[in-house]
Amino acid sequence: MILHQLAHARAGDKGNRLNIGLFARDPRHFQHLAAEVTEERVMALFAHRGCTKVVRYDLPRLHGFNFVLDDVLEGGVNGALNLDGHGKTLSFLLLGMEVAPPG
Amino acid sequence: MPEMLRIGCGSGFSGDRIDAPIAVVAALAAAGGPAALMLECLGERTLALAQGERLKDPGHGYEPMLEALLRPILKTCRAHHIPIVTNGGAANPQAAARATQRLAAELGIEGLRVAVVEGDDVRGTDALDDLAPWEGEPGAVMDEEKVIAANVYLGARPIAEALLRGAEVVITGRCSDPALALGPMIANFGWAEDDWDRLAAGTACGHLLECGSQVTGGYFADPGVKDVEGMAEIGFPIAEIEGDGGFTITKPAGTGGLVDLRTVKEQLLYEIHDPAAYLTPDVVLDITGVELEQEGPDRVRVRGCRGKPRPERLKATVSFPGGWLGEGEISYAGPNARARAELAGRTLLERARNLGLEGRARLDLIGVASVHEGDSGALRGERRDEPAEVRLRLSLATEARALAERATREVLALLCCGPAGGGGARMRVVDRVRTLSFLVPRDRVHPRVEFVA
Repeated sequence: MILHQLAHARAGDKGNRLNIGLFARDPRHFQHLAAEVTEERVMALFAHRGCTKVVRYDLPRLHGFNFVLDDVLEGGVNGALNLDGHGKTLSFLLLGMEVAPPG
Repeated sequence: MPEMLRIGCGSGFSGDRIDAPIAVVAALAAAGGPAALMLECLGERTLALAQGERLKDPGHGYEPMLEALLRPILKTCRAHHIPIVTNGGAANPQAAARATQRLAAELGIEGLRVAVVEGDDVRGTDALDDLAPWEGEPGAVMDEEKVIAANVYLGARPIAEALLRGAEVVITGRCSDPALALGPMIANFGWAEDDWDRLAAGTACGHLLECGSQVTGGYFADPGVKDVEGMAEIGFPIAEIEGDGGFTITKPAGTGGLVDLRTVKEQLLYEIHDPAAYLTPDVVLDITGVELEQEGPDRVRVRGCRGKPRPERLKATVSFPGGWLGEGEISYAGPNARARAELAGRTLLERARNLGLEGRARLDLIGVASVHEGDSGALRGERRDEPAEVRLRLSLATEARALAERATREVLALLCCGPAGGGGARMRVVDRVRTLSFLVPRDRVHPRVEFVA
């Protein structure tokens, strides 16, 4: 299954740094998402965008995570050649990630 | 303890819906009691573009939609004592204030008290002589000769001062977005400069409000997954704040959209990096302890914000000329559309290099891989499906305008000397602004409040 079936997300940018807030649709899936959506897997998902670093902050009270990704914006709104220089559509790149179904 | 304060947000960015403030102001007026309206209009680069407008005409350089936003609400705000706080002053708060006074005169509003907050523009000041790197751009290098705009994010204190001196409209240039809400809270509740937890709560509240409908069901709908009723008439947010810093996010009755745990969660983390340390000029906000409660339909209570002492340095955003961006698009549809688009793309790149393009260039196959794609084109290599239609896009960056125009024009030329069946070609060439962020010493930044008659 894909992450979109278990979670919702929103992306925001500052400079060449992107953040994606990711939240479990069902709070009971928070731990499952914590195990599935690791920094390493997110780094791999964004490798084609030149990602150099991923930091995940866990927010258990909100049943969510904040992912901060460096250098995925290929210049950001200042210099990107991408149609979406802000990277606002990238929340749905994350939501397309394949994950194991919750047990 | 002063009574509850309501703050509505009528604009979340420059380009937001012009009629959004009307329902918010009507709801604030109907509720009675202390209230304020914030209008956020200033993106990261908007100020540099505004500085360019001001250079061309000293009466310009502020939010071009400011009068259109204010016209339908100014009389009601005056009548119900709802001050308006906006960063729509952009590069020219004085001109924005004069325009507001002209509008007031036209509407028959006498003696409107309009204040400007200035001091954010630090070009040519010693604030730029002592720069520290900003966390997101550790390697940024200043080139003072080429600076278009250099503005410090001011805090909420000057806004509060203007309000306490009786301002009915407060117009700022660059300030932190949450300050547009925190300023009225400080003026209303008298929170001290080191009352970190309350300042943090007010900052979190301002952060939730600052993007307008992004907390009330805007930028949220995902049909069948996250449905939003009444998108066309989406309501903008109103916060109800108490003196202890507790607050509830809601929206005007009878408007579309929704306020629930999901909309508030998504906006709470929007553009946040370390959730334990969101740096603002007024306080360092920690949202790791935040708890949300749905206390009624379209009402979410927010608790548990914590504050730490404000940073010693303020963030400054500095803008430089960023060369030229050329973009061109053309569509291919029907049998073999993808192969024809790919051939067109290879041809464009070859022609651009032959013209002397040495800088970056990129192709997109819109409909196959574009906004998720990287400059390398790796995704479209993985996605081999055949689209019914595909739109080829070329984008390139140059230092010189002439080369950007010449190379991008090759997209139009494909209509005759490209692959079969291309159509709908478009192109545009624009100059770019490059912004860098630095940290400057707080004591070298001097905010000031001035009333403009």
